[in-house]
Amino acid sequence: MSRIHVETTINGEPAEFLCSGEDTLLTALRDTLSLTGTKEGCSTGDCGACSVLLDGRLVPGCLVLAAEVEGRTVTTVEGIADRDSLHPVQQAFLNQAALQCGICTPGFMVAAKALLDANPDPTEQEARYWLAGNLCRCTGYDKIIRAVLDAAADMRKATA
Amino acid sequence: MSARQFTHIGTRPVRHDGADKVTGRANFGADFALPGMLHGAVLRSPHGHARILSIDTSTAAALPGVKAIVTGRDFPKTDSKVWLGGEGALDLGDMGDNLMARDKVLYDGHAVAAVAATSLAVAREALTHITVVYETLEPAMSLARALADDAPILHTDLKTSGQPAPESGGPTNVAARMELSRGDVEQALADADVVVEGEFQTPMVHQGYIEPHACVARHGTDGRVVVWCPTQGPFLVRDACAGILGIDAATIRVIPSEIGGGFGGKIPVYLEPVAIVLSQKSGRPVKIVMDRDEVFRATGPTSGSRVVMQLGAMRDGRLVAAKASMWYEAGAYPGSPSGAAAMCALACYTIPNFFIESFDVVVNKPKVAAYRAPGSPMSTFATESLVDEVARRLERDPIDLRLQNAVSEGDQAPYGPKYGPIGLKAILDAVREHPHWTAPLGTHQGRGVACGFWFNAGMNSSATVALDTDGSATVVTGNPDIGGTRVAQAMMVSEELGIPVERVRPVVADTDTAGYTDLTAGSRTCYATGMAIINAAQDVKEQLRLRAAKVWDVEPDQVAWEDGHVRSLVEGDERPPLTLNELAATLAKTGGPVVGSASVNARMAGPAFAANICDIDVDLETGRSTVVRYTAIQDAGKAVHPSFVEGQMQGGAAQGIGWALNEAYLYDDDGRLQNPGFLDYRMPVASDLPMIDTVIVEVANPSHPYGVRGVGEVPIVPPLAAVANAVRGATGVRFTELPMSPPRVLAGIESLESA
Repeated sequence: MSRIHVETTINGEPAEFLCSGEDTLLTALRDTLSLTGTKEGCSTGDCGACSVLLDGRLVPGCLVLAAEVEGRTVTTVEGIADRDSLHPVQQAFLNQAALQCGICTPGFMVAAKALLDANPDPTEQEARYWLAGNLCRCTGYDKIIRAVLDAAADMRKATA
Repeated sequence: MSARQFTHIGTRPVRHDGADKVTGRANFGADFALPGMLHGAVLRSPHGHARILSIDTSTAAALPGVKAIVTGRDFPKTDSKVWLGGEGALDLGDMGDNLMARDKVLYDGHAVAAVAATSLAVAREALTHITVVYETLEPAMSLARALADDAPILHTDLKTSGQPAPESGGPTNVAARMELSRGDVEQALADADVVVEGEFQTPMVHQGYIEPHACVARHGTDGRVVVWCPTQGPFLVRDACAGILGIDAATIRVIPSEIGGGFGGKIPVYLEPVAIVLSQKSGRPVKIVMDRDEVFRATGPTSGSRVVMQLGAMRDGRLVAAKASMWYEAGAYPGSPSGAAAMCALACYTIPNFFIESFDVVVNKPKVAAYRAPGSPMSTFATESLVDEVARRLERDPIDLRLQNAVSEGDQAPYGPKYGPIGLKAILDAVREHPHWTAPLGTHQGRGVACGFWFNAGMNSSATVALDTDGSATVVTGNPDIGGTRVAQAMMVSEELGIPVERVRPVVADTDTAGYTDLTAGSRTCYATGMAIINAAQDVKEQLRLRAAKVWDVEPDQVAWEDGHVRSLVEGDERPPLTLNELAATLAKTGGPVVGSASVNARMAGPAFAANICDIDVDLETGRSTVVRYTAIQDAGKAVHPSFVEGQMQGGAAQGIGWALNEAYLYDDDGRLQNPGFLDYRMPVASDLPMIDTVIVEVANPSHPYGVRGVGEVPIVPPLAAVANAVRGATGVRFTELPMSPPRVLAGIESLESA
């Protein structure tokens, strides 16, 4: 079976891998590159557990072909924190106890970062609709939404 | 007890595993891999009910890369069981047949063969080369069809069990019947001023955890087996694999990964024994991960149900009689929560006359698994809808009516024992005092309230607490952390030893490392395992006290812990008291390391009660119902970490709202599941819900040193009726069948208008 050679940028670092034409970005990240922080919940684009940023845009990794990331930039949950400190939304999730089992959390981290990059001052409703592509079965979303709004406030304070 | 002042219990520290989980470092079931590992895939029945005439695996076996194939013939028949304390037993014969069909397939998705190959692509390709010849049979896809005189029979050898023993008849799909009664229900109904009645139906629904089932198994040449998997009970996985495969449990080690949700659904084994046999046959480790379609078709769900109930009340509001029959779908093998359903249905009220019978009915759908307070939400949906109707008929405030009839300490529960201190009346008072209860409603909005009950479980737990020379400590248990139990466990050690919670390391250990511990289920982890931890920490303190006596060369009874220090009680002894850190630093000189250990066999648990207030806005043109405000109130006994208690309440409410408004297993007449994915099985998303306000009531549970009750299960009991009562208020229509999806609500509104 012929393999496709892909050169890309993942979490700010150059990366290359081989994939088949039908491999998804999710498979390449998890199985080829051992970046298992990105989770598989459905592989039909319905749960958001595999959320990643492709050139800064929020996408489900299961609906992007691995070969499509040639020459582009991918950000996964592993690339959200700085070396020395968590991203404000990560810290807010810890402070608010906004995760229970934690399987959906990586997807929420990526989706929430994308929201706050695009809109530093979201309303509760804007946050709820932006995150509607990420399923959480444990929390009822209350603490998640609070954490995202807290993080937004913290980030605004930091840049003010 | 309630007067005890806590230092750590009741605070909200950051969970120890939190950073790993927000950065993607935490390893869940599918994240694990071993060198040389094969990938497994499972072939599943496309039929709801069929006899397997033959399975030909020869072409698949010849495919390059295929290393092993198994079918039902590779799994011995067994009559062994695993006992779950007071929760009954799991039948391993059924569980084995469920994870690989032998003679018949009993539902769409029933496993018939599995392949291990060098890649997942090859394994999946191999499945397409396995030829199964079926003789299709009519499936029993509803309770009505399964109970009909000419019903298709799933198990020809099935006999109805029960107390009193049912009449033995011919072949049946009724696996069990039970009844509960008190007083003279017929007379009481005849004498009642008001009798309301209804027939209530709920569909099968899935737990909906986001992490699919997964495992890696390695069968070594020395006969030792290691299994890595996400599970609510590593010891149960060990014992179930041993029983199903007929091997010695002592040769199996189960290492739990992080677990991505369970809600009861990650108690049974589905993949682990299959992976073990594939590994044994191939000589290599085998990994199997379900896809979402398999999760829906072959795991979980909880029962669809039908409850017929009559409720009688006097003009002064006293509930005097209840009569109910309830049928619960067990799925393909016996074991629905119909018994628990009967016991929970009336547990909130002092009703002097009742008769309840419940039936466990097998149908051609997946075998049900536990789902959060199993059985109680559906029977409570009936009770709390009818209590609401009584309040309407008597023009009574629904809280006042419930308070008038609510159980309290000393009342006899419908299922037998007398209640100890319980929180239902305090909860109802909290509902009445909550601003939500009196807030104005908008047009086409309705408000509903409902109560709920769950037993909670005790059972067996072990814990060890090891003190380090730097005064930090490790606490080891066998309960996977499904929602913040690590930090709660560390807080209990902190409370006992007086050390900061971040200096306690909570560890979820494997079955070779931890002492035997029952499931992370039954709302039992903080309660029962918590008691083992508290006792183990106290064991550490006691050993330190004896060390101090040795150092000071005084009698042990002349040394005591006071205010976080060990003091000499010898009169005139001027030596300064010793801190835990000082005692820890000198362990090597005073007799070596100190490890405390304890185990508990908690027979009793503290019953849990809850109430919910729901405001619904109904769009009369589309029938769409939107929850606009929601409040959950619950008695936690004592909230160890209030944020995680609130989280349980909010999560259970959200699941219940989904059950009430949208979720349902949809089958066609041939028994094929029509919506095995998250697009068509519609669980609530963030934009569907409002904030979910919470009020934690604390009525101490006397069987726990801190007063803790379990909190995980009862939150899902009130929502079905709370939502239905709100929709009743908004539309004037009493909906008795779930889900209250837009088409159903619209039809209800239209039938009311045309009436």
